[in-house]
Amino acid sequence: MDNAAIVGVAQTKYERRKKDQILADLVFDVTQAALDDAGLAIGDIDSVVTVSNDFFDGRTISGMAVGDAAGGEDKNISTVSGDGTFGAFYGLMRVLSGYKATIVVAHYKGSEGSVPITTNGMFDPIFQRPLGIDAISAAALQANAYMTRFGIREEDVAQVSVKNHGNAKNNPCAQLPMDITVTDVMKSRKIAAPLKLLDCCPISDGAAAIIIANEEIAARTKKKPVWVKGVAHCCEEYLLGDRRLSDPVALKDAARRAYAMAGITDPMAQIDVAEVLEPFSYMEPLWLEGLGFCKPGEGASLIEKGITPMGGRLPVNPSGGALSANPILVAGLARLIEATLQVRGEAGARQVKNAATALAHGFNGPCGQSHCVWIVGGKK
Amino acid sequence: MGRRVAIVGVGQTYHKSHRPDVTSREMIREAVTAALDDAELTIRDIDAIVIGNMDHFESINYVDTYSVEGSGGVMKPIMKVSTGGTTGATVAIAAYYHVASGLFDRVLAIGFEKNSESDTTGAIITCSDAIWDRFSYSGAIPSLATEATAYMEKYGATQEDAAIIGERDRNNALNNPFAHLQRPLTVADIMASPMLAYPIKLGDICPRSDGACACVLAADGVAQKITRKPAWFKAAAVRHTYTWFGDSTDYNKGLVSMQRASKDAYQQAGITKPAEEIDVAELYLPYTWAGLKWIEDIGFCGPGEGVKFVRDGNTHMGGRIPVNPSGGVISTNCIGATAMLRVAEAAIQVMGKGGKRQVPDVKNALATGFGGCFWSDVVILSTERP
Amino acid sequence: MTEWLKDVEPLTLKGQIAVPYSWWVGDTGSRFLMSLRDDRKILGTECPSCGTVFVPPRKNCGRCFVDIDQWVEVAAEGVIEAHTIVHYAYPVQPVKPPFAYALIRLDGTDVGFLHLIRKDLDKIKNGLRVKAKFKEERTGSILDIDSFELI
Repeated sequence: MDNAAIVGVAQTKYERRKKDQILADLVFDVTQAALDDAGLAIGDIDSVVTVSNDFFDGRTISGMAVGDAAGGEDKNISTVSGDGTFGAFYGLMRVLSGYKATIVVAHYKGSEGSVPITTNGMFDPIFQRPLGIDAISAAALQANAYMTRFGIREEDVAQVSVKNHGNAKNNPCAQLPMDITVTDVMKSRKIAAPLKLLDCCPISDGAAAIIIANEEIAARTKKKPVWVKGVAHCCEEYLLGDRRLSDPVALKDAARRAYAMAGITDPMAQIDVAEVLEPFSYMEPLWLEGLGFCKPGEGASLIEKGITPMGGRLPVNPSGGALSANPILVAGLARLIEATLQVRGEAGARQVKNAATALAHGFNGPCGQSHCVWIVGGKK
Repeated sequence: MGRRVAIVGVGQTYHKSHRPDVTSREMIREAVTAALDDAELTIRDIDAIVIGNMDHFESINYVDTYSVEGSGGVMKPIMKVSTGGTTGATVAIAAYYHVASGLFDRVLAIGFEKNSESDTTGAIITCSDAIWDRFSYSGAIPSLATEATAYMEKYGATQEDAAIIGERDRNNALNNPFAHLQRPLTVADIMASPMLAYPIKLGDICPRSDGACACVLAADGVAQKITRKPAWFKAAAVRHTYTWFGDSTDYNKGLVSMQRASKDAYQQAGITKPAEEIDVAELYLPYTWAGLKWIEDIGFCGPGEGVKFVRDGNTHMGGRIPVNPSGGVISTNCIGATAMLRVAEAAIQVMGKGGKRQVPDVKNALATGFGGCFWSDVVILSTERP
Repeated sequence: MTEWLKDVEPLTLKGQIAVPYSWWVGDTGSRFLMSLRDDRKILGTECPSCGTVFVPPRKNCGRCFVDIDQWVEVAAEGVIEAHTIVHYAYPVQPVKPPFAYALIRLDGTDVGFLHLIRKDLDKIKNGLRVKAKFKEERTGSILDIDSFELI
């Protein structure tokens, strides 16, 4: 893989409801901010990818609402409908194909739609949708499958929520920085067993942008370039019952290929910080197992062992993760942006010391059916 | 710099007004197996998949994850690209970048639509901004009608002039076993058809179809091992602008996105005289006037010369630059696949697999995609490795 | 964005997309649903290559990418593999909470079958056996099975 770097990033503050801005406004803001961050002008960008989803935006050809605002005028612009990590991957492939710099912009307004209805739309219309299943109840099934298989207690998983909301206090963009305890999580309103309110992500509005550039452009941008060392994605089967929900095989495959590209043979030793997409608390340990940071079933003990909290050997989600802010589609791009800030040394109060190599992750589909894994680093 | 990429196999379903016998993912599988057979590959040979449609026509969110059983995506990288009417072309172009990037050697591009499952206009209307445009803009036809009346007023083109395009494409479809509409239509038939929104009559516009199309793309070095005659990408350009319909209504400028995309494409391909250097064109013409106007925007002839260019027979089979040997969009329109069918049919022409619709001695073929809001894509394929 | 906006409640436009859908069930799905409707029997299909018995039945195997044409009748009872008791309500749910979703491994199949459990929610455990309860009036829908009950 040729050298390509992330040279500009921007995020809005994530909020429950951004009542004064439409999607195009959010997109324009982060496009401008990412350009400023990179020290580039819109004329330096020769390729644009928006991350837009027709269901979530309530309009067909959802990219139409934001193309101009993302700088698409007279440029080669396209739209990926899926998590921001996938959109960023398309942006990367364009740069590797010869474009100088691609801006990738993701946007989402949870305040303007209905998560259960739009995520119910992910499921098979004939066999599963009429049952009323949605992202939340499906996640609950996966949590049940995972936790009963390995004997993981709800309290163990509640620690993820405590950790991430606490981490969010160091992230000025996060929607829900909170000081909570395991007891708070256990007492929170039951959603779908074993998920309680504090095990679940909030509804969020927000946008984020990232600029990926070739080596030549990266040499003249404002900030230290963050090099793409490895990236891969993989999708498993569709119908929930066809999958073994406690065994994230697609994630394992994506991780294996991303690690191979990046020369990572011992993830725990070679990766300094990880930002994974965990809209539900049980997902963090499950994904960490899929990423090979520990054995199956051991993901939930990493917090207690002091490994994944701040200051540990592998801090996970210093940003507060999706539990603290989950504008769908944007949230994966936010993980990649956070990983970039870590490697740059710009993560402020949430900075992991000497973060040289970072992992970012996002997924599409119910219960993480399709995963995208990124490895970024400070050295070419 | 990117690797050279070629299309090495294509497949499509027999397009119909409705396919009650299959679900979307079962229909996708038909196109995928046809494309793999054409390339003499198996799904195991495919390194990544790109898929697209227009969500609201089937009401399936995350069609990439939905499709895997039929698209062959189980335990493979798959992503979804969705850009309205241009989707099929932008999916093919995304697949092109997958390969050109050096990260994947053999990539499958899939476009599909089951228009029979929904109210097409009801779904399309949601592309317009809810606050400013949706109340007044009732679907795709009015925006095209306003463009047509502007052209008629400026250059004196008549409804009969436009009807020639419909007659041409529907006649061509008789040579294409896959085309949805297999009955010829004369200029008189079109003129007698019911008026929908002046000047567009029923005979002037495309049908709604259920169908899928798949293309296999391969990298330089790999493509040559798969087929003797790869269809090499010489250009891929996309111009999607205009958020609000009102921004696009200076019709005196023509289809600006097509002008820009074709200019970019010709530059990439080193083409200076399109009408001479391009041997066949599969143009996304959703309605007849487009066949007069947009050939000006794409540079086959000058502004206002479209009518004469067509009436002189240049775009008919046997002419200087045959347009839509497949029958085009006016004969088949499964929207998410339609723009990909243009690319696939262009590839078929280059690979010499066009059977009764084959144009002789094709070296360069051009394909376009079109969609809301007046967006354009241009792909140029060639027998010549760039 | 602008100062004056801070003091006013911005206008919102309430809307809904109303696009009616009729999904083609397809030949394979139709045979399955008609079997529920007419015979109260659950059918699956078996992949000739890997032998996986799928329910709901499939026209092709996603794992092997080959066509399937072998139909089998599967039991209307099986084992709970995973479940969740749902406590939140929203319009697309067919029944009011609390109710449970379960992935059920019907006897004779190799995959989980997603459906509802409506009674004895406090007794549900993974590993217990359940049996399908069919509706009296059936229309050719996945909901011709009312739910599964503990046996």
